[in-house]
Amino acid sequence: MHESIVTNAALTQYKSEVRDLSFYYGEFNALKNINMALHEKQVTALIGPSGCGKSTFLRCFNRMHDLYPGNRYVGDIILHPDNVNILASNVDPIEVRMRISMVFQKPNPFPKSIYENVAYGLRVRGVRQRAVLDEKVEEALRDAALWDEVKDRLNQLAFNLSGGQQQRLCIARALATDPEILLFDEPTSALDPIATASIEELITDLKDKVTILIVTHNMQQAARVSDYTAYMYLGELIEFGVTDTIFIKPKNKQTEDYITGRFG
Amino acid sequence: MTAKSTAEINHQPRRLGYSYRRNLRERFIETLLFLTAFASVAITLAIMVMLVKESFVFFQHVSIWDFLTDTQWTPLFDDAHYGILPLVSGTLVSSAVALLVAIPLGTIIAIYLSEFAPFTVREIAKPFLELLGGVPTIVYGYFALLFVTPLLQKIFPELPGFSLLSAGLVMGIMIIPYVSSLSEDAMRAVPMSMREGSYAMGATRFQTAIRVVMPAAYSGIAAAYILGISRAVGETMVVAVAAGMQPNLTWNPMEPAATITAYIVQVSLGDLPHGSIGYQTIFAAGFTLLLMTLTFNIIGHVLRKRYREIY
Repeated sequence: MHESIVTNAALTQYKSEVRDLSFYYGEFNALKNINMALHEKQVTALIGPSGCGKSTFLRCFNRMHDLYPGNRYVGDIILHPDNVNILASNVDPIEVRMRISMVFQKPNPFPKSIYENVAYGLRVRGVRQRAVLDEKVEEALRDAALWDEVKDRLNQLAFNLSGGQQQRLCIARALATDPEILLFDEPTSALDPIATASIEELITDLKDKVTILIVTHNMQQAARVSDYTAYMYLGELIEFGVTDTIFIKPKNKQTEDYITGRFG
Repeated sequence: MTAKSTAEINHQPRRLGYSYRRNLRERFIETLLFLTAFASVAITLAIMVMLVKESFVFFQHVSIWDFLTDTQWTPLFDDAHYGILPLVSGTLVSSAVALLVAIPLGTIIAIYLSEFAPFTVREIAKPFLELLGGVPTIVYGYFALLFVTPLLQKIFPELPGFSLLSAGLVMGIMIIPYVSSLSEDAMRAVPMSMREGSYAMGATRFQTAIRVVMPAAYSGIAAAYILGISRAVGETMVVAVAAGMQPNLTWNPMEPAATITAYIVQVSLGDLPHGSIGYQTIFAAGFTLLLMTLTFNIIGHVLRKRYREIY
């Protein structure tokens, strides 16, 4: 799949382009020659059966794989507008993570107050002025639709929040540092339907601010929240395009089988 | 399976009936387990009762006020004084020196092993560290007396041959593995997802260790410190050998002094008549020691409850 399989490409600008990306866990080839693009301020969903490599792919974007020995990237992920390959060895993964934030599958707040959870990213960047922190924390909590629920108890431990609130807190934490891309790794798989609906609504609202890449197990969720969808299978990108097209008229038989539930 | 006769079918309810044999066995095992568990509680209680009872005899001769305020501990002299303060000061000073060594070093080692060390380094370093905890304490005592004290005397020429400093330093080295091993276990139990959350925010390894992993492992680390404190306060051989045995009310680690434990050893080895006040002092001293460690354990318990881990 060397040729670009991007359909309806030029609707918006690219925030990031993935070129011939392969990834190896030691000897195991987990991603095979992936080519696609993230459209700026759009939501792109990654779907596919378990083990297809969608989370592995997502975690390439913030170099999470660098944390574990034996992992290897081949190919490029170009970040625009700088036109820099974020996988290059001279790029500091910490710098990458400062611009590309991530929200995990299970809410993982830190053992700190609500306030300090949101301020964490700013603190590790050395921000100390209380006024700046206060402002950023409030803004992030408002953007994550959590402010009204927690504004009177910012100093309480984050663990006291419900699961859905914790996940929105994690989103606020990721937003507080004004990331350019926000990665979501199955953000609602540990949540009940009501909390899921509020997170989905939030994702839709957030795309005015940030480019979003979301991994999801749930095809309805991909259809609801995303503008673009990529279907992956066994480490390969099978089809990528505008979500409506993928769901209504997929070009590939495999994609169609997965989407219609005949497979997966 | 062959077809069953009517008679056999009539017996069917017995198959589901109460099995006395099995239940008896179960009861027996349950009782056995209970007794085993109860034994440890009973022994603890027995020790407490004995200490309180014997101390009571002591306090019939010596007022609690004198015991707590007198600045001399000379129960074996003709002019007998029964002030516990000199022994408490010796215990606290030697423990403080030990903890000043063990807590920072133990914590740093734990952070390194849990968050930074590659797999192979950890697998090699841990057994060595645990070996440090397996060395008999009497060996540490002589190590303090014959190696550390002369070494310290090169830096502080006025340091006497016996000192709380030397005993405390060596005791600190001895306690390091307790602190580091428990702290490391607590930090390693912090789920990877929490670390990843921190890394994903652009934190470095060190920031993650200090700002996320340590607070998350707080209760385990506090437990490690408390265990270290209890070990230091209760340690006997090192201080008996290297700190001198003269009760001495001092807060200066450069002086020789006796700790509560060292005093108890001294009296237990001596030939004081059973039932004399001198003999009875060791129970009062032991009771004081128990109250001290109990206080630390309660503080530790409270801290743990206040900051218990919820992932």
